[in-house]
Amino acid sequence: MKPLEVDKVVKRFGGLETLGGVCLSLEEGERRVMLGPNGAGKTTFFHTVSGVHTVTSGSIKLFGREVTGMAVHRRVKLGLGRTFQITNLFPELTVFEGLYLGVQAHERERAIFFWPAMRCKKLTRRLDQIIEQWGLGDIRETQIKHLSYGQQRQLEVILAMSANPKLLLLDEPTAGLSPAETSSMTKFLCGLGRDITIMMIEHDMDVAFQLADRITVLNFGKILTEGPPKEVQNDPRVMEIYLGELDALETGSAHD
Amino acid sequence: MNRIKGPFFTIIVVAILAAIAIPILPSYYVSLMAQVLIFAIFAMSLDLIVGVVGLPSLGHAAYFGTGAYVAGLISLRVSPNFWLNVVAAAIVSLIIAAIFGLLVMRTVGPTFLMITMALAQLLWGIVYKWREIANGEDGLPGVPRPNLGFAWDLVQIQSFTFFVVLCFLVCGLLLVIYVKSPFGSTLLGIRESESRMRALGYNVWLYKYIAYLSSAMVASFSGVLFVYYNNFINPNYLSMNFSAKAMLMVILGGAGTLVGPIFGSLVVVMLENVVSNFTQRWMTMIGLTYVIVVLFFPKGVLGTIRQRLEIRRAGAATAAAAAKAVAAAEKESSEVGREAAGS
Repeated sequence: MKPLEVDKVVKRFGGLETLGGVCLSLEEGERRVMLGPNGAGKTTFFHTVSGVHTVTSGSIKLFGREVTGMAVHRRVKLGLGRTFQITNLFPELTVFEGLYLGVQAHERERAIFFWPAMRCKKLTRRLDQIIEQWGLGDIRETQIKHLSYGQQRQLEVILAMSANPKLLLLDEPTAGLSPAETSSMTKFLCGLGRDITIMMIEHDMDVAFQLADRITVLNFGKILTEGPPKEVQNDPRVMEIYLGELDALETGSAHD
Repeated sequence: MNRIKGPFFTIIVVAILAAIAIPILPSYYVSLMAQVLIFAIFAMSLDLIVGVVGLPSLGHAAYFGTGAYVAGLISLRVSPNFWLNVVAAAIVSLIIAAIFGLLVMRTVGPTFLMITMALAQLLWGIVYKWREIANGEDGLPGVPRPNLGFAWDLVQIQSFTFFVVLCFLVCGLLLVIYVKSPFGSTLLGIRESESRMRALGYNVWLYKYIAYLSSAMVASFSGVLFVYYNNFINPNYLSMNFSAKAMLMVILGGAGTLVGPIFGSLVVVMLENVVSNFTQRWMTMIGLTYVIVVLFFPKGVLGTIRQRLEIRRAGAATAAAAAKAVAAAEKESSEVGREAAGS
């Protein structure tokens, strides 16, 4: 059963066609990276898959189920998780409290209103495990707004993971990170188990080629090419739209 | 959400102090205390919407007034049985909140503020103009104290206040548990980021709607208590002015703290009743108090104190962590030194 099948998805905002008939499918456990210049429609694609935007036409299937018109939270129930390009966390809550919301998201306990949350032992035990697993013990009681940007980006991913998704959409997990933070984030992402499928948008080529099983290149809302990293890397069209500038820069600097 | 003990004990302590004060204080102050506690229940219910879910409502008097009117009408025309009145008030305000909720839940922020205000004014307009239903602007005079169904006479202000203290205790503790429960934690998450909560799989709309209904029920209960306390209700208690007064209590005490509004209620009632003995300008005093609180306690009196304590605690933790790191570094360097000496 394929985690994600997207068939001829079109998304228009008024006269602007952001996605022009995108077809794409993911295999179970796959690591897929989506590349493309700014404005290619990558984040729009994530928004239509997760349900933030409704598609203009086309269909989206998650784990074999038709979800095209489904609300965000119902898609998540099927096993979808995502992070945001611009950090979207709970600034006033502590790390512990924030992750708690991820842990209880799919549990029946979330409907309880007559018993303190911290006394729901089943949830707090799992929460303690997560905190230990990712080494968050030191910042457990820190308000999320006081964390460093790198820590917040990492928490984005951990929070999405805490709800046990089977398909994870990561929207530029390394955006704005320092080289050191980027490499620790890459290591962190490499360490995730193969029982979840990951699709991510990434601008950092090193990260993309390190993580990806396959790469999809999006340009002007259409899929330009798709294939294993080596193949995509050597595709002249990709070089032209994406890496071409880099080449020009390099030859330019060689001339100097 | 994991610190439940603080607000829990605050409510118990306030209730105990109030109960002890009843036989000591002169009856005028006992009566004021009953008013403070009734408004405190109302303000706490508003805080559930304003501070916990993060939706600024300027129409919460609609539910307070509905509770008061329903209880008043039934007491006067059917029976002064307390339980009947409470259940009837709860059902009527639940129906109104369920209808209004469908409309207001489509909005957030200032739009929410305006639409809640508009809907509450609608209710006010109906009661104000429609003489047949509830005596119009004259209100309902002579509402009797309720009959509990067992031998507890509530006619005396002392015994009635004691009853109010009990109600305050029950409502307060229930609200604290509600906010600290998994459900309440979800509401806090929604206040912080709706889109994130949706991406985690929460049906955000439903949570907000249920929170709105719960808040309306508690507000209507405080209205029921108030009509018994005051023996009289008029459309003023449905109006925007009264909603704004409740909002003032929440902001003074600290939105989201839940126990802050108790303090806010105390300040507002005292200004209104005690200060008005000395000067006609008590509204000016309320305005001044508001300005002072906004200037020096931007998160409300309790909210700001709590924030200061948190900063101090975080500072101490950072200092401790730094000390640990320094100690570890020193140990490491001394070990390195020893190794160097050994080789």
